[in-house]
Amino acid sequence: MAGGVGVDLENLWIRFGDFVAVRDANVNINGGDFFSFLGPSGCGKTTILRAISGFLQPSEGRVLIGGNDMAGIGPNKRPTALIFQNLALFPLMKIWENITFSMEVKGASSAERRKRADELLEMIALEGQGDKLPSELSGGQKQRVAIARALCAEPDVLLLDEPLSALDLKLRQHMRTELREIQQRVGITFIYITHDQGEALTMSDNVAVMRAGVIEQIGTGHDVYDLPATPFVASFVGENNVFRGRILEVNGTEALIRTNRSGDLLAQITPAARGVLKPGDEAMMFIRPEALSLVDDAGAHEKTSLTAKVVNEEFEGNSYSVFLEGDGGKRIKMSLPNVGQDRIASKGEDLTLKYELRNAVVMPAGELAAE
Amino acid sequence: MGKTVASKAEKLSISTLLISIIPIVIIVLVLFDTLVSDGFSAASSLIVGLIILWVAVICGVLATELFSDFFRTNGRLLGSVMLGLVAFWIIVLILLPQLSMLDYSFRYNLPPSEQGGPKDVYTLANYRHLIYGAGGGEGTYNTVDLMVFLRTIIAAMAVTVADLILCYPLAYYLGQSRGSGFVRLLVVLLIIPYWINEILRAFALKIVFADGGILNAAMMKLGLIDQPIDFIRADVALYAGLGYAYILLMLFPMYNAIESLDRNQIEAARDMGASWIRIHRRIVIPHAKPGITSGMTMVFMLSAGALAAPQILGGPSSLWFTQLVYQWFNGSLNWQQGAAYAIVLLVASITIVLTFMKIFKVNMGDIGK
Ligand SMILES: Nc1ncnc2c1ncn2[C@@H]1O[C@H](COP(=O)(O)OP(=O)(O)OP(=O)(O)O)[C@@H](O)[C@H]1O
Ligand SMILES: [Mg+2]
Repeated sequence: MAGGVGVDLENLWIRFGDFVAVRDANVNINGGDFFSFLGPSGCGKTTILRAISGFLQPSEGRVLIGGNDMAGIGPNKRPTALIFQNLALFPLMKIWENITFSMEVKGASSAERRKRADELLEMIALEGQGDKLPSELSGGQKQRVAIARALCAEPDVLLLDEPLSALDLKLRQHMRTELREIQQRVGITFIYITHDQGEALTMSDNVAVMRAGVIEQIGTGHDVYDLPATPFVASFVGENNVFRGRILEVNGTEALIRTNRSGDLLAQITPAARGVLKPGDEAMMFIRPEALSLVDDAGAHEKTSLTAKVVNEEFEGNSYSVFLEGDGGKRIKMSLPNVGQDRIASKGEDLTLKYELRNAVVMPAGELAAE
Repeated sequence: MGKTVASKAEKLSISTLLISIIPIVIIVLVLFDTLVSDGFSAASSLIVGLIILWVAVICGVLATELFSDFFRTNGRLLGSVMLGLVAFWIIVLILLPQLSMLDYSFRYNLPPSEQGGPKDVYTLANYRHLIYGAGGGEGTYNTVDLMVFLRTIIAAMAVTVADLILCYPLAYYLGQSRGSGFVRLLVVLLIIPYWINEILRAFALKIVFADGGILNAAMMKLGLIDQPIDFIRADVALYAGLGYAYILLMLFPMYNAIESLDRNQIEAARDMGASWIRIHRRIVIPHAKPGITSGMTMVFMLSAGALAAPQILGGPSSLWFTQLVYQWFNGSLNWQQGAAYAIVLLVASITIVLTFMKIFKVNMGDIGK
């Protein structure tokens, strides 16, 4: 749905004393988008959200909402609503009072508030529960109440700070779909914060991946997953196998890498590094576990296959994971769908694996995400 | 869920029980007084003995039935020691002295030779004295004492409210800017003056407020006034002294309550457009209500029962009810009369506190939080 209100961060810096929590962030979020900030704990996600909602003033740079500079405008005057990491429902107010608190602020009558609360309760499938207290609801129900409370204020931008982190896995997956549906129904901009990459990929139109206050990459879930811009993004988003080495040749968008352990391999250069990566550079190449498969006709894939010793094999129901000896003590993981095969390999056996060129990306060497 | 409800009910019933002991005892004694006004004094000791026994039995029953959880978590030995200490505190340090006061208040002030003799019977005379005066019931009332009583209660309430208004902003500031070194320093600065004895503090205030005191001297020097203001006669010194004496007992429970408020709730309300006034009215005050209540209760009880501050800072014409009690005990050596006055003050204070708690819908159990 187009027409929502966009949010722009321009050269945003946020410092706490000497500590830089956000370093020169530049982000354009389109109106009506579901936009996620993804990054490990402590990387500055909440800080960015607080700057957008107005609880923090930028040390430098600007926050624009709908094209208007928000400098000097307090959180109660911004067209944003924030859902807190711990939800922050008011424990002493009934559910309906919680949901319609923003109307109480504007002086709406109790009857109007009741009516609106009933509508919203119906939307979040909690009809008739308006007279309960927050402590009488389950985690998922509280979650939905927090969403309803934020939506009741009719914000142009909804800011969500890891609202699903307290829920168990099943509920979290269910709430993901539900959140996405709600966003599509109301059509406003959602800015969502998470350290769970699955969450970011399933829900978002666009994702910004952060590390230690720096935004490393902004793109669609596909971009970020398939063409990571940095080793951090490649290793933080989803599982990945890393191959270290040096560039031998660069050929347009492709490069040949002499890996430390797995011979010479071909990969495509990630768009951000095209024109930058030169022969002789230290590089890292990444191939996803699901992009590896067993070779039936060795030799046919000379520069896109590698051989390694099997360490272990795990059966995971829908798939097998095979772990092979990799570079620098790390293991190479291959995952194969379970289509009725008995065993893939036995311990100590040498296996030859292949991949498609488009599934391997190479970029200048850098820091990996902590495991 | 059901378990917490049940344990709440238990807590309530304990507190109501403990409170209901006082009126029940009074009723028993009054009945006894009217029925056998010429009875022997042995009966009174019997009654007191029975009451103590009753309390002990109730404590025992409560201990075994209600504290089974308590025993399970603390172990039998530690649990018994803790319960024993609490029971000792309640029975020996609180109940027994109060009960003997109660007993005193229903007796005549007899010379030692007649104590325990045939004249030593229960009576309501001491209570009658507060209402009707020495004449006793011929349409004349003891207006002097009654006015002092009323004034004490009202002034104690005023002091309580003033402390509340002073402390709330401070408690909010301290509670919400948690952890910083500056705040801890502030708290220490607040506590240090209380290392000084209450009487010394009162005299220090007297020096500030006296005719030739610091305040008057400063104001005259600045040309604000050309004659010293008699702060003592105007009771300014008294109210300042009372307010100051117990202000920390207002501050700390409130500070504790506000400190436990999740900052996100304040921010959530602000995010939804709430003004500061609304945030306090709807979020902070309801959350801090137990702390506010226990602070107000303590300040009210203690200032209604204060003696040092009124004695030292009170004007010549203004008596505090406790001063009357003191006079009965020490001046007139009529402990029976003094006990009756003290009991009236105690019962009135408790009633007022409970009434306000009812009005503001605070549970007894909340205060202990
Ligand atoms: N008020 C503050 N004063 C000083 N440092 C702060 C303050 N707020 C945050 N920080 C620091 O800024 C960094 C980023 O914090 P932030 O809360 O944005 O992390 P986050 O990405 O939301 O992490 P999480 O996923 O754990 O919530 C952290 O290192 C934190 O210690
Ligand atoms: Mg956070």
